[in-house]
Amino acid sequence: MPSLGSALLALAFFATLAAAALALLGRNGDRRRVDISRRVVYAVCGLLTACVLIIELAFYGDDFGFRIVQQHSSIETPTFYKLAAMWSSQEGSLLLWAWVLSIAASAALYSTRNRLRELVPWATAVMMGVAAFFTGLMLFAPDVNPFATLSTAPADGVGLNPLLQHPSMMIHPPMLYSGYVAFTVPFAFAIGALVTRRLDSEWIRATRRFALIAWAFLGVGLLLGARWSYTELGWGGYWAWDPVENAALMPWLLGTAFLHSIMVQEKRGMLKVWNACLIVGTFSMALLGTFLVRSGVLQSIHAFGDNTVGPYVLGLIAVVLLGSTALLVSRLDDLRSPKRIDSLVSREAVFLVNNLLLVGLTAVIFWGTFFPLISELFTGTKASLAAPWFDRYTTPLAILLVLFTGIGPLLAWRRVSWASARRVFRVPLAVAAVTLVGLLLFSDAGEKPWALLLFVFAAFALSGLAQEFWNGAVARRRLSGGSLPAAMAALVGRNRRRYGGYVVHAGIAVLLIGIAASSSFQTNRDLKLAPGESAVVDGREVEYVRPTVAVNDEYLQFGALLKVTEDGGDPVFLRPSRRYFRPSGSETGLISEFFLGEATSEVGLRAGAGSDLWTAVGPSLAEIQKRVRKADEGFEACIGGAPGTPPQCDVLSGLMRAAAANPALQATALEQITKLQSLAAERIAKSYLTDDTPATFKVIVDPLVTWMWIGGLIALSGALIALWPSRGRRRGALVRTASDAQKEAKYREIRDAELDHAAGKLSDEDFALIDAELRREAVEILDRLDRERVPANGNGAGEPREKVSQP
Amino acid sequence: MPVDPDRKRKIRLVSALSVAVLLAVALIYTSFSAATEAKQPSELLNAVPGTSAQMNGRVVKGTIHEQGNGIAFDVVDRDGGSQALPVTYTGAVPDAFRGGREIVLTGEVQDGTFVGEPETLITKCPSKFTTKSDA
Repeated sequence: MPSLGSALLALAFFATLAAAALALLGRNGDRRRVDISRRVVYAVCGLLTACVLIIELAFYGDDFGFRIVQQHSSIETPTFYKLAAMWSSQEGSLLLWAWVLSIAASAALYSTRNRLRELVPWATAVMMGVAAFFTGLMLFAPDVNPFATLSTAPADGVGLNPLLQHPSMMIHPPMLYSGYVAFTVPFAFAIGALVTRRLDSEWIRATRRFALIAWAFLGVGLLLGARWSYTELGWGGYWAWDPVENAALMPWLLGTAFLHSIMVQEKRGMLKVWNACLIVGTFSMALLGTFLVRSGVLQSIHAFGDNTVGPYVLGLIAVVLLGSTALLVSRLDDLRSPKRIDSLVSREAVFLVNNLLLVGLTAVIFWGTFFPLISELFTGTKASLAAPWFDRYTTPLAILLVLFTGIGPLLAWRRVSWASARRVFRVPLAVAAVTLVGLLLFSDAGEKPWALLLFVFAAFALSGLAQEFWNGAVARRRLSGGSLPAAMAALVGRNRRRYGGYVVHAGIAVLLIGIAASSSFQTNRDLKLAPGESAVVDGREVEYVRPTVAVNDEYLQFGALLKVTEDGGDPVFLRPSRRYFRPSGSETGLISEFFLGEATSEVGLRAGAGSDLWTAVGPSLAEIQKRVRKADEGFEACIGGAPGTPPQCDVLSGLMRAAAANPALQATALEQITKLQSLAAERIAKSYLTDDTPATFKVIVDPLVTWMWIGGLIALSGALIALWPSRGRRRGALVRTASDAQKEAKYREIRDAELDHAAGKLSDEDFALIDAELRREAVEILDRLDRERVPANGNGAGEPREKVSQP
Repeated sequence: MPVDPDRKRKIRLVSALSVAVLLAVALIYTSFSAATEAKQPSELLNAVPGTSAQMNGRVVKGTIHEQGNGIAFDVVDRDGGSQALPVTYTGAVPDAFRGGREIVLTGEVQDGTFVGEPETLITKCPSKFTTKSDA
C-alpha cells in the first residue's frame, strides 16, 4: 500500500505539471487543450483523494508500517481520533493542503467551464503551480512523505496527544487549512485577470463564492480554536495573541476587507488596484500561516518542532509577492478607474474606511507578531510583545470597525441626501443614546470607557441592521403585497448576499460584545481551599465540598466537587478535575509514570446567558506522589528479591522466581505484576479522598462570554445565507457569457436602487438620477448581447429583445 | 465658496496619510518600549537583580515541587546546558506543563531566582506539531 500511495502521489505531481502546461499552451484560444487541462485537474483531485483514502485506511487498520500512523496513532486511540490524526502530522497536513486545493480548483474550473475563456488557462496554471509545489514538497523534501515506511512495523504506535483528543481540535485544523487553501482560487483568477488584462469584475464574480467560503472556514477554525483554548487548556482564556493564532487571524481580516471592497468594484468599477493587492496579501498571509506553523522562527505555545518545510514555503511566499507586485505594477495603467467616489457619505466611502481599518488591524498584528525578528534586526536581541500591547491598538480599531459596520448598511451607494440620512439614522442614534444612558445609570460599564463605547456602537449597529430588515420588508410588501413575514422571507431570499451579509454583521457585533464584556468585566480569582472551606467570588459562594478520584487504564483523575450558591438561589455543582495520562507505549509499569505523561484540565463550566462560571482545579499531589514513590520502590525491591522486604512480597518474588526459571511463565508473571500495580495505583489514588489537603482553584466569572460563541454562530449562518445558490442559478438561468453576467449584475443593481429608494435610503431626486444612469447602462449591455448573439447562432436575431423594465 | 474637487481630494489624501504615518510612528515607538527581551536561562544566571525578561527555557525533569502558594522548578537552556536556573511561579499552570517541556515565562531576577509574573507561563504544546525526538 505505501508504494501504491507513493506512486499515486508522484502521478498527481506530474499531473499538476501537465495541467499547468496544457492550460498555458491553450491560452490563445485553443479550447481543446484547455478542456483537457481541466480534466487533468479533476484527475489530480481523484489521485489525491485516493492518497488520502490510503492514509485513512492505514490509520483505521492500525497499519504501523506507515511512519505517519505509528507516530500519530495507537491501537487504543478512539476511531474518531484515528481518522482525524492524519493532520496532526506535518506530512498529513501537507497532503490535506494539496487535497483540498485540488477539490477547490476542480470546483472553480467546473463552475467556469463555459466562461472566462481567456482567463481560465492562467488561473489553472497558478492553481496547479501551487498544487505542484505542495505535492512536490511531499515527494522531494526530506521527511515529509506521508507514505514513508518503517523498516519493521512496531506492534503499537505512539498515540495521539490527549490534549488534542477534543472534538473541536480535530475539526479546527482542517477548517483553517480549507480556509487558507480556498483563498488560492480568487488569487489565481486575479492573476489570470491581470495577465490577460481582463480587469473588469468578471474574475470577482466567478470567484467571490470561494472567497466567502474561505472566509467562513477560517472564521469557524478560529472560533473552534478559541473554544478549545477556553474549555480544554485550563487557563480560562480564548485568545492569547499567540503567533499561530495571529497567523490565522490576519488572512481572515484581509479576506474580510477583500469581500467588502470587491463589492465596490462590482458596483462602481473602482478600487481595482486595491482589490488585486488585497487578494495577493490575503493569499500571502494564508501561506505565511502555513509557514509559521511549520517554521521555528517565532516562539509560540504551538511548538514548532518540524522546520523541514519552512524555508520552501518562505520561498513560495517570496515568489508570490514578487511576481504579483511586478505584474500589478506593469498593469497599473489598465487598472485605473475613470470613476471617483462621489461623496464621503456613501456606502462605498464607508467600505473604504472599513477596509483601511481592517488593513490597519492586520498591520498592527503583523508588526506585533514579527516583532521578535524586527527587534533582533535593529537591536540584536529578540524581544517580544505581550497581549497588552496588542490590546492597546486592536481595541480602538475594533471599536471603530463596529461603528462603521453600523453606518455602512444605512447608506445607499453613490450619495446620500441630508434628508434621507436623517431619516435612516434617527432610530439607531436614539437606541445608541438610550443604551449609553442605561448602561451608565444601571451598570458598572462606565468604569471601562472602551467597553462602554463598544456596547453603544454595537447597539447602534444592531438597531440599524434591524431597521434595514424592517424597512426592506415593509418596502417589499408595498411593491408586491403579502404578509410581513412572507415579505421578509422574500426579501432575504431575493437578496441573499445583502441580507446574509447583514446577518454576518449582526453576528460579529454580538461576538464583539461578548469579547468586550468578558475581557473588561471578568473576575479571575486563584483560591486555595481545603475540603469544607469556601470563598466568595463576585457575589457567589464557592465551597470545596470534597475531593473526587477516578482511575482507569489511561489516566488517574483527581478532582473536586464544588458547590456554588448565588444570592440564596439553588446551589450549582461543578466538577473540575485534572487527568494524568500514562505515557502510551511504556510498559515498565511504574505507577509514578502516570505523573510523567500529559496532564489535562477538565474544566467545571456552567455557561449562562448572563455569565459563565468557569472553574479549574490544581490538586495538591505532594502526599500522593510520596506514596507512589514508596510503592514503586517497594515493587522494585520485591521484584529484585532484596533481603528484608515485607512479607507481602512473598507472592510477588515467588512469581518472579518462577518466571525466571521458566520463560513460558514470564508473560503471566508480568500480567500479574501489572494487575497488582494497577490495584496499588488505585488504592493510592483513592487515598486522595481522605487526605484533606488544600487544593488550588481558579475561578472565573466571565460575563456575556456565551454571546461570543452565539455571535460566531449567527455570523456563520449569515455566511451560509449569502452562499446559498440564488433562485435564478438553481433554475439554471443562462449565464453563459461575460455580457450575460454583466446583464444579471446590472439588473441586480437596479433592483437594489429601487429597494433603497422604497426603504427611504435614497431621496427621490437621487433615485431618479441613479435609476436613469443604471438603465442607460443596462440598455448598452443588452445591445451588446444582441450583437453577440447574431453571429453565435443564426436565428438569434429573431429573439425578442428583453425589456429593461423587467426587474 | 466651491472648492476645486481635485484639491479637495489631495487634501483628504494628505490628511489620511499623515494620520497613518503618525499611527505607524506610535506603533513602532511603543513596541520597542513595551517589548520584553527574550533570554535563555544561562543569560540570566548571573544577571543583576531586577533584570526583567521573557525567559525561554526547558524545565528540568523531576525538579517541579510546590512552594508556598505556587510552584518552583529549575530550567536550563532550550538546547540543553548544565547550569540550571531556579524559578518560582504563582498562578495558573498550563496543562502541558511538565518536566522536559519548553516554556516561556515573563518575570524578573531576584536573588539568583527567576520570579515569574502570574499568568504569564506558557508551555509549548507538544501537540500536533510534535517532532520525532519529542514523541
